[in-house]
Amino acid sequence: MPVVTADLKACQGYANCVMAAPDYFDLDDDGNVVMIKREFPESERSRVTEAARSCPVSALTVSE
Amino acid sequence: MSSTTVIVGSSIGGVRTAQSLRLEGYQGDIVLVGAESELPYDKPPLSKSVLAGTAQASSICLLTQEEADEARIQLVLGHTATGVDINNGLLELEGHEPIHFDNLVIATGAAARPSPWGERAGIHVLRSLDDAHRLRASLLGGGDLVVIGAGFIGAEAAATARSLGLTVTVIDPQTIPMSRIFNPEIGHWFGALHRDNGVTTIFGTGVDAIDGDQGAFSVHLTDGRVLSAATVLVGIGAVPNDAWLSSSGLLVDNGVVLDKYCRAVHAPSIYAVGDVARWHHPRHGEDIRIEHWTNAVEQAICVAYNITHPAEPREYSPVEYVWSDQYNWKIQIVGRVGNNAKHIVIGHPETHGRFAALYTKDGINLHGAATVNWPKALIACRRGMGTGITVAELRDALETQLTSQAMPVP
Repeated sequence: MPVVTADLKACQGYANCVMAAPDYFDLDDDGNVVMIKREFPESERSRVTEAARSCPVSALTVSE
Repeated sequence: MSSTTVIVGSSIGGVRTAQSLRLEGYQGDIVLVGAESELPYDKPPLSKSVLAGTAQASSICLLTQEEADEARIQLVLGHTATGVDINNGLLELEGHEPIHFDNLVIATGAAARPSPWGERAGIHVLRSLDDAHRLRASLLGGGDLVVIGAGFIGAEAAATARSLGLTVTVIDPQTIPMSRIFNPEIGHWFGALHRDNGVTTIFGTGVDAIDGDQGAFSVHLTDGRVLSAATVLVGIGAVPNDAWLSSSGLLVDNGVVLDKYCRAVHAPSIYAVGDVARWHHPRHGEDIRIEHWTNAVEQAICVAYNITHPAEPREYSPVEYVWSDQYNWKIQIVGRVGNNAKHIVIGHPETHGRFAALYTKDGINLHGAATVNWPKALIACRRGMGTGITVAELRDALETQLTSQAMPVP
């Protein structure tokens, strides 16, 4: 199953991912991304990939 | 059936449109045209890590040649678009034969408003990678920097120049900085932020003229003062790159005029995204143009969807979002703020190291919010904009957050 992973050092708390896919991403009290789930089904590829690409600092990566 | 989508403009809006088309299963040809010869790059770092010299080329690249090849995106870089022949579906370029399109996406962005005090070496604007490299070279030459304009670009560049150890003065004709965006109380805090970081601020005063040459400019102010500067940065806004469309027949009025699906008026096979796009925002009920990174990304997704689903297009009705990083402040703005709307401030920069300002026109509904160093509050505000939260409900939630979370002043 494809997965989305986060680079915590890169995350700056812009929160675009949380707005695009709140069932996958949240922010903690310090503004760092928290992964709610990492694996996603093929049917979710478009939404999760767009959420990852909405990160202004490319902190999120989709891989197979 | 093979079709071709040509995207003109290789910055964030154009690149994301190309990538989103493939994600939506678009099978036709995609041609991405750019005026600059560099591979597509991201612009927010220009005033920060690129100017500071800490960015790697790879960290600002939006699309590598390998990624373009893999997604079957043909890159045509280094050619400026000069016109569109709508009837024959042709994009005309400088130094390149016309390119046929079935769908055209205009993503040519905006250009820095040029210096009205002369354009010569040492007087900079900051919009492109070349601009950033030239400005950095000037800053490394030493001497004082004068920044004209206390908006996002000017403030971010001033902060970076301070981090390089330069003496910096920021000038703005407005008495209170950022007052087009914020109410005066918060604008004053932005002025203090500059001064606390060692920047001299001159607000409420304009610039009459700039004499002299690089390394030895004299900046003449409207109040008669004269500042000496080695380098000048002019950050007075941007203008959409739409002049090349003037004889195309497209409706152009401070940007390409679009319907609520981001299709050009009277030319539904032509779309626009990003800084050059003026579309009919269904919720606001007016034509607007937004020069923000997140808008370009979200509009690109919508346009890619509408190209691949022409029978059931989606309206584009975003909640505006923009950020700016200045000194140790992370500023995040959602919706519509300022313009003398009523506002409530929660937190204080000195006491809490963070704050949120909630804006309302009617005293009940949230119309916009600005937060500093408080991403959790920003999320609550962005979500609240979508769900129709009241200002009172949001204030209660944020005041609880403010007191329950200890956060050191950064």
